[in-house]
Amino acid sequence: MTSTSRDLAEAEEPAEPELPVPALDALLRSMADDEFVIGCSDSEWTGIAPILEEDIAMSSLSQDELGHATALYGLLAELIDGDPDVLAYDREPNEYRHARLLDHGRGDWAMTIARRYLYETADAVRLEALAGGSWAPLAGLVGKMAREERYHAMHIGTWLERLAAAGGEARDRLEAALTTLATDGATVFTPLPGEDDLVTAGILAAPMSELADRWRAAISPTLTRLGLPLPPSSPVADARGRSDHGEPFTWLWSEFTMVRRSDPGAAW
Amino acid sequence: MSEAGTHLAIVQARSGSSAAVGAAASLEAQIRTILATVPDPELPVLSVVDLGIVHRVEVDEDGIRVAILPTFIGCPALDVIRAAIASALAGLGRPVRVETTFEVPWTSDRISAAGLRALAAVGIAPPADPGATRCPFCASGEVAMDSAFGPTQCRSLFYCRACRQPFEVLKSV
Repeated sequence: MTSTSRDLAEAEEPAEPELPVPALDALLRSMADDEFVIGCSDSEWTGIAPILEEDIAMSSLSQDELGHATALYGLLAELIDGDPDVLAYDREPNEYRHARLLDHGRGDWAMTIARRYLYETADAVRLEALAGGSWAPLAGLVGKMAREERYHAMHIGTWLERLAAAGGEARDRLEAALTTLATDGATVFTPLPGEDDLVTAGILAAPMSELADRWRAAISPTLTRLGLPLPPSSPVADARGRSDHGEPFTWLWSEFTMVRRSDPGAAW
Repeated sequence: MSEAGTHLAIVQARSGSSAAVGAAASLEAQIRTILATVPDPELPVLSVVDLGIVHRVEVDEDGIRVAILPTFIGCPALDVIRAAIASALAGLGRPVRVETTFEVPWTSDRISAAGLRALAAVGIAPPADPGATRCPFCASGEVAMDSAFGPTQCRSLFYCRACRQPFEVLKSV
């Protein structure tokens, strides 16, 4: 155990088994990148959301996600003796490990709601599988995140119902967005390298493939009731679920790294 | 200012003498008194103690360590709070370290009774279960949520149909 991981484990009982660092790195990176990318992506609505209240709501949701990303990058930085800002800003686009679900660009409002609905519901299943885990620093953070995410789920659920019930163009756009995103929803549950080690260590309750099944079971009743397309039950094919991000992400990356690249090392 | 969830632990310097114990205890009391005067930057009618974010205070040979619980993980006021606490305790002549922790989640029921009264006095209703929120101005229960998301991460927007006043409610987390 390095001195950093010993620091992190200080609140636990002595003689804890060694942390599965590579697998934990992959897990924290995937979660931090997910929260960071959806936070950056949806903050594009600040100033141009459909109504003023939504402008505030979407900005607040995004602020929460960026806060979660900051905390997760902080945890990862302690684990691997790195720097949270370097993790957030100094990687090339192809080095980010967020789910492909988040690689479709901002799109219209229906796309934003559809993506967030699929992401929030998936994230809730993931957080539940991490809550009460054996690694105290992550279990504590996850418990806190889940309390905030409840507001997100409530908000996005309301929008999903409204767009679905509105009929006409709103519903057509929502159906189109859910169809476009259908196969990518489950990429949040792309198997992680070494995830068995996380399950064995009691950090993660179940493998990602099982979490994907739980997620489909969780959202099926709502989507079925609203007559909306369900994500297919095929498993996530391979590691491509969290790489090979494409042009929309390269554009987003160029936006969120702009200040950092123009003045490397600056603090703000 | 004693508030149920606040855990103040004095980690005694290794000397273990009764004089040192007494000195540490009186320093603890001093720290608590000072923290009770540090306002939350977003809700300045509350001190950080009334808000319930002071999780632990430790005094040892390395100085003073204060662990605080963020109300929201991404609260942008955290840096300001850390700096305000450090600056308020600077006069004690020991190094001060303020760190955030998620060991236990901050929840809205950590706000003290005095804190809840101070919030109500400026028109912010305390956290409540859905349906139990009352207008801080006229106490009517005829209220409606305009938006779960308000001017800060921790507040929602409501409207009172009885006295026709908009008001804010601290989110229940």
